[in-house]
Amino acid sequence: MSNFISRGFTRRREVPEELADRLPPGQYIESGFPVLTAGPTPRVDTGEWALKIDGMVGRPREWNWTQFHQLQQETIPCDIHCVTKWSKLGTSFEGVSLDTLLEGVDPQGAFTMVYAYGGYTTNVALDDLTGGKAWVVTQHEGQPLPPEHGGPARLLVPHLYFWKSAKWVAGLRVMDHDEPGFWEANGYHNRGDPFKEERYWTD
Amino acid sequence: MDGLTPVEVRAPGRWQIATVASVKRETPTVKSFRLDLPMWMPHLPGQHYDVRLTAPDGYQAQRSYSIASSPLDEGGIELTVDRLADGEVSPYLHDVLEEGDQVEVRGPFASYFVWRGESPVLLVGGGSGVVPLMAILRHRRRTMPELPMRLVYSVRTAEDVIYADELGADAELTFTREPPGDWAGHTGRIDAQLISAAGLAGGIAFVCGSNGFVEAASSLLLENGFAPESVRTERFGPTG
Repeated sequence: MSNFISRGFTRRREVPEELADRLPPGQYIESGFPVLTAGPTPRVDTGEWALKIDGMVGRPREWNWTQFHQLQQETIPCDIHCVTKWSKLGTSFEGVSLDTLLEGVDPQGAFTMVYAYGGYTTNVALDDLTGGKAWVVTQHEGQPLPPEHGGPARLLVPHLYFWKSAKWVAGLRVMDHDEPGFWEANGYHNRGDPFKEERYWTD
Repeated sequence: MDGLTPVEVRAPGRWQIATVASVKRETPTVKSFRLDLPMWMPHLPGQHYDVRLTAPDGYQAQRSYSIASSPLDEGGIELTVDRLADGEVSPYLHDVLEEGDQVEVRGPFASYFVWRGESPVLLVGGGSGVVPLMAILRHRRRTMPELPMRLVYSVRTAEDVIYADELGADAELTFTREPPGDWAGHTGRIDAQLISAAGLAGGIAFVCGSNGFVEAASSLLLENGFAPESVRTERFGPTG
């Protein structure tokens, strides 16, 4: 950390003490739910929606909207952190754990490329998706996920910066090697742990 | 691509202490800051810098701001900043920062919402969403002025026009609330007529503004001859 002091700058936003350790470095608390997307919002009809797990797996899987909703649904209270500096604390989503989705899939690699309707991709290590750390969600705070927030379904990986939580998720490709996804190839950190402030390539 | 300054995508720079070379008031709530950078590197038009403020007690606040200048302006950058009343960084930049002051910055960042010389190009900006588009427009004017590029710029009133003295024949304004008294041009929200009048369908489009603006404008582009993969968007979250 540098010793530089900004002349005449003082804190303007107090973080409540009980929330202080939940706010990663360089982030501020945002009560709304901002939208950040690289292109137009894809419109995905639930009648045509499917979620796949493929690539290097013993058994590829695919669920349509109805089949997906027959899986064990969970409510996930969580904090989310966007690399553009806002964090939303104490929100919740509903969906299916990746642990449930990966049952019987038999992954043969430690890496995944998450892919989405509209062409977005993001790479997430399998270790960051399993053990109760990631979900595919279809509801936010009790309401269907709106298209601009990734509806009908998005990935949720709250312990990483939110660009890893791919909107309009269409599937997960298991790989035996790591590859950068969309933002990871465009200057952003390969893993993106907000508490280590892993924002960009050089962090 | 002839004439385009070669600018590579590369790892962004580290935190550095910039010096404010000049401050220009653009509108009642918008100022442009010219910063001299000791470790300057060329950016791609459309990229942003992070600004970090540090209080005497060690408290820090960071925000991202789009670069408004062309990478041909060696040694420095221009950041244009909208003052958000409940913000933490933009009120400081507006109310405290003056010529000769120092400010910590880091960049340039992100290489998707950038122009690399593709053609033709339609730029669609709402409010201060015009800032990264201005970097693209300025760079095109200096490197390949004949390249087909137009800016469609939506503002509320005459006093909200940023870069007013630089908007020429390659820019089309529309006023959504209150046009100037003698205004004979377009009024109201950006519509199909404004998009088709630009005559750049089939090209690449850059859309920047609030989320609502970007949603509406990008839908309009898709309905008027632009392919989804050719529409790049940048949305403001609440920031400050």
